[in-house]
Amino acid sequence: MSDATATPAAPTHGIGAILRHAQYVIGENKVTGFAFGLFLLIVLAALIGPYIVPHDPLASNTSAALQGPSAKYWFGTDQLGRDVFSRVIVATRLDFAIAIFSVALVFLMGGLAGVAAGFFGGWTDRIVSRIADTIMAFPLFVLAMGIVAALGNTVENIILATAIVNFPLYARIARAEANVRREAGFVQAARLSGNGEFRILLGHILPNIMPIMVVQMSLTMGYAILNAAGLSFIGLGVRPPTPEWGIMVAEGAAFMVSGEWWIAFFPGLALMLAVFCFNLLGDGLRDIIDPQRRT
Amino acid sequence: MLRMVLKRLMLAIPSLIGVVIVTFLLTRALPGDPAAYFAGPAATEEAVAQIRKQLGLDQPLPQQFVRYVSDLSRGDMGVALTTGQPVAAEIMSRLPASAELTLLGLIVSVLIAVPLGILAATSPGSMIDHTCRIVTTAGVSLPVFFTGLVLVYFFYYQLGVAPAPLGRLDVYFSAPPQITGFYLIDSLIARDGETFVASLKQLILPAATLAIFALAPIARMTRASMLAVLGSEFVRTARASGLSPGTVIVTYAFRNAMLPVITTLGMVFSFLLGANVLVEKVFAWPGIGSYAVEALIASDFAPVQGFVLTMAVMYVMLNLLIDVLYGLIDPRVRIEA
Amino acid sequence: MTAAIPNAPAEVPLLDVRDLTVEFSTRRGAVQAVKHVDVTVGKGETVAIVGESGSGKSVTSYAVMRILDRAGRIADGTITFGGVDVGKAGEREMRDLRGREISMIFQNPRAALNPIRKVGHQIEDVLRQHAQAGSDDSKAKAIAILEQVRIARPDERYHAFPFELSGGMCQRVVIALALACRPQLLIADEPTTGLDVTTQKTVMDLVVELTRQRGMSTILITHDLGLAAAYCDRVVVMEKGRVVETANSHAIFSAPNHPYTRKLVRATPRLGVTLSDLLPEEEGVARKASRASNGANGANGAGHASSDEQPLLVVEGLVKEYPRKDTGGGSLKSLFKRNGAATAPEGPPPVFRAVDGISFSVRRGESVGLVGESGCGKSTTSTMVMRLIDKTGGQILFDGEDIGAIPARQFARLPLRKRIQMVFQDPTESLNPRFTAVRAIADPILRMGESMSAKAVRARCEELATQVGLPLEFLDRFPHQLSGGQKARVGIARAIALKPDLVILDEPTAALDVSVQAVVLNLLQDLKEQLGMSYLFVSHDLNVVRLLCDRVIVMQAGRIVEEGPTEKVLGAPAAAYTRELLSAIPHPPL
Repeated sequence: MSDATATPAAPTHGIGAILRHAQYVIGENKVTGFAFGLFLLIVLAALIGPYIVPHDPLASNTSAALQGPSAKYWFGTDQLGRDVFSRVIVATRLDFAIAIFSVALVFLMGGLAGVAAGFFGGWTDRIVSRIADTIMAFPLFVLAMGIVAALGNTVENIILATAIVNFPLYARIARAEANVRREAGFVQAARLSGNGEFRILLGHILPNIMPIMVVQMSLTMGYAILNAAGLSFIGLGVRPPTPEWGIMVAEGAAFMVSGEWWIAFFPGLALMLAVFCFNLLGDGLRDIIDPQRRT
Repeated sequence: MLRMVLKRLMLAIPSLIGVVIVTFLLTRALPGDPAAYFAGPAATEEAVAQIRKQLGLDQPLPQQFVRYVSDLSRGDMGVALTTGQPVAAEIMSRLPASAELTLLGLIVSVLIAVPLGILAATSPGSMIDHTCRIVTTAGVSLPVFFTGLVLVYFFYYQLGVAPAPLGRLDVYFSAPPQITGFYLIDSLIARDGETFVASLKQLILPAATLAIFALAPIARMTRASMLAVLGSEFVRTARASGLSPGTVIVTYAFRNAMLPVITTLGMVFSFLLGANVLVEKVFAWPGIGSYAVEALIASDFAPVQGFVLTMAVMYVMLNLLIDVLYGLIDPRVRIEA
Repeated sequence: MTAAIPNAPAEVPLLDVRDLTVEFSTRRGAVQAVKHVDVTVGKGETVAIVGESGSGKSVTSYAVMRILDRAGRIADGTITFGGVDVGKAGEREMRDLRGREISMIFQNPRAALNPIRKVGHQIEDVLRQHAQAGSDDSKAKAIAILEQVRIARPDERYHAFPFELSGGMCQRVVIALALACRPQLLIADEPTTGLDVTTQKTVMDLVVELTRQRGMSTILITHDLGLAAAYCDRVVVMEKGRVVETANSHAIFSAPNHPYTRKLVRATPRLGVTLSDLLPEEEGVARKASRASNGANGANGAGHASSDEQPLLVVEGLVKEYPRKDTGGGSLKSLFKRNGAATAPEGPPPVFRAVDGISFSVRRGESVGLVGESGCGKSTTSTMVMRLIDKTGGQILFDGEDIGAIPARQFARLPLRKRIQMVFQDPTESLNPRFTAVRAIADPILRMGESMSAKAVRARCEELATQVGLPLEFLDRFPHQLSGGQKARVGIARAIALKPDLVILDEPTAALDVSVQAVVLNLLQDLKEQLGMSYLFVSHDLNVVRLLCDRVIVMQAGRIVEEGPTEKVLGAPAAAYTRELLSAIPHPPL
């Protein structure tokens, strides 16, 4: 808060001020700038990746199987002679989409349920908290395994399972943030100004919680990608030959012990960079929103 | 203290009930006919009908639930389709392998992460602080199966110092006589040094993989909570009273800083138990994780269900342990119970 | 080193701070928090350092102890304590000094104690550190010290954890900790801020008595000039990092030299002054003149109120009960409670009566003070009258209508809502961080006012801003870009936007510096006269109530102990409790 006074000349209107502050933070913090660049790269790969890759990601060519990285095959080829580079790039769209959809889904479910629980209390709170507690009683990845195994082995269910296991996190944060604001001075003042409870929730409380939720979304994007890749690594969700980072690592795992490291290494590296990027971005966003809560 | 433990035990009961209900619902949510699912793809119509009756699937849902609970209370988790073996027995025999791996991973990560976090917090801006920041940010971004594979590549394929990632013990060794089920402990009890070394060698890479994975959240929390406590008013009072840095850091700061870290351990366990599944697959570790993965691939649901339930029950118990540990340190919880 | 101190010549002061400059390195470069400060404290002398927030008074004392944050450093000047150059002393030497020769007590006593260590052990830590006790006698010594700070049953309290003690008791433990090694200098940093006035008196009397007994010197750091002058020999006034005046406490009130001191002295509410006296001279005179011509003079301008007409607000037999909560409650415990709500069926929960059947009325144009210490039920009462929470029993009649019968949740939608408004205690917290000033002021107009064009709303907000003295260029700023006083003005503008009949002022100046308080109090008085509103003024500060209110209601433990005209209640109190409250107010020598 004190930091924002650092730019007193800035016009006070929402987006402009935020952008200016973002610019300041990114300029100040090169790591966040780097993460932002990486993020743009990921988005680019997801959008136009399939149209620019040098080889067909699905075309096998047994004569060119298991070749190491070269000028022709930048990341080498796998056991079926498919180009690893093309597959890694094309996989971006699927992994990114899984993460985006599951985070959006859990934001809608958990965020709204949590805000309502924190603001209204009573039965709403008891029900939401009970659901969250029950999910929390499971190790999250294990529950996700169980859900996908039971509901069926599809990408949609991977998204749903990832959203469900993240539900308690969102619900709890939103609940706590709404709860501390429930009797805050500005909320009481809004009541005095004739605002109904729903209008207070949507017009006064939610906008104040959004920044925190956005940071959370950025941080859980990374976890969502890891979770989905982990599930496909053990054979759930995406099926071969679809290019997806987790399944590509799984396919390349057997070749690690015989020295063909590139098959598993590059998709693993892509996975790691994507998660790394979202984590850094989340930390950077937190700095923008609340410079005092840096860790 | 005893009252607190008892009270906390009571509070674990709703969680356990929730766990049982969810695992029950998961089975019933299976797409299509669960009986056909359990009977397997090649079963005839009559066989499916028979299985339906046998499983009680022709009865209404509440009755099915009662039956499910009564089976569970007798330790019956059903039979694995692929092997024909009872799930419960299989899980019990594989559990020590998973537990040994997970616990060793946790111990190693705590031993590294806590001092790292404390040193980083007590000297902000130093080399060790930067190391800590890099380790924590990079650590949470590493897919655990990827770390495992990279370690295998370097230490087995390139350097040749690690054994092949194929289970708990090299084929030339036989398992030590089972007492605890932990090979490290059992081989020590049997005074079998060679087996001890051999099983330790097998354990190092998978345990290191898990440790790297768990390192980040623990170190991050230790650093943050230590920083918060060092900035607190009672530490300022302790400093203003001239207490030595050792007393301030150990007696005043450290014990308070550990409280949030212990709470974080709950989350770390959640991650570890999940990561354990992936690590077991990478290292062909004969634990309950790889049992579940094999069953998943064979679309054999009973073992998966048993696995989810076992993991959840263990997790609830671990959380219970964490709360008791918390109570040991924090008098506010202990006395008010 | 320490042995040399008692032999120091008498004319050498115990503490001598010369030309002290303290710098903090921030993201925007070095900032000087303390600039060229000189302070001396003689043996056995009690010196106050007084200043408003940001004046550098606390930083000066931290520099003396050398416990500045990492970012702060002594950039210039010398600090000599008993012959030791604090700026150059080694860390080990400083450690011996802290706690043994100089010790410190802080504002929030509960936070100043290690929450998970027995208080007796914490005292022993200090005793042993400074070799004042060995392992055999440290316990006995710790108990003896607890006894000296008048803690009852000290051998039991020795085993207590801070959370098991009350706030006042924790402050005694903190004092015990500070005095355990019989230091020569005690630095008390706002030791009573946040405490009730009667507790403040007990704590200050105890500190003064113990330090006198031991022949110690004391530095009292405070924002309260009255407290400083009442308890200290000399007062050092600081403003923006500089010492502007040093004088003995008699002189500071009777003949303040520096303009800032004069402003501070004038702004401090005290006996025998009117509201306009609080303002800086020129403004105050102008204000007084305009008030005189309006026919109303300061606080006692109850000219609008006539006794025969129906009162605006009548409260009868008002009761509020809460289920009694368990004492204390760690976060984990409350978590448990939420998890297992049904596990503790220990009979019907006993109730706690926060407000216990009180009756009073407020006439049109009248301003009534509701005073009492924390927990007396004054805020609960005002929140019920405000219709933000529901009552348990009794009646609240507003303009003849029983508004107490309308559930709080529905009240927001009624036309009556706009006739009762409120100014909140904390101006920062009462403004939505994501609303600009103009949006905040416009909120009630948009929700409850007649529908008008955006332009008209803007015009009305500008009119209101002018009325409360908020420059128009601040209207488009967010709360974090406004000062405390400006935020208070926004809150007031919002409250009067729809011309309410009754405004509840909930400690509206408690979070403000005293000079800002003076301006805001005058503003409130002017607005009342212009708009003919009634005020229900909730406060713990009798001096402020005296200035603004026509009548006073004194509450204790949920009941009214005394009520009547301000002059009578505060001039010749009938109830013992009122007398106790009045005598606890520090009276500076005049």
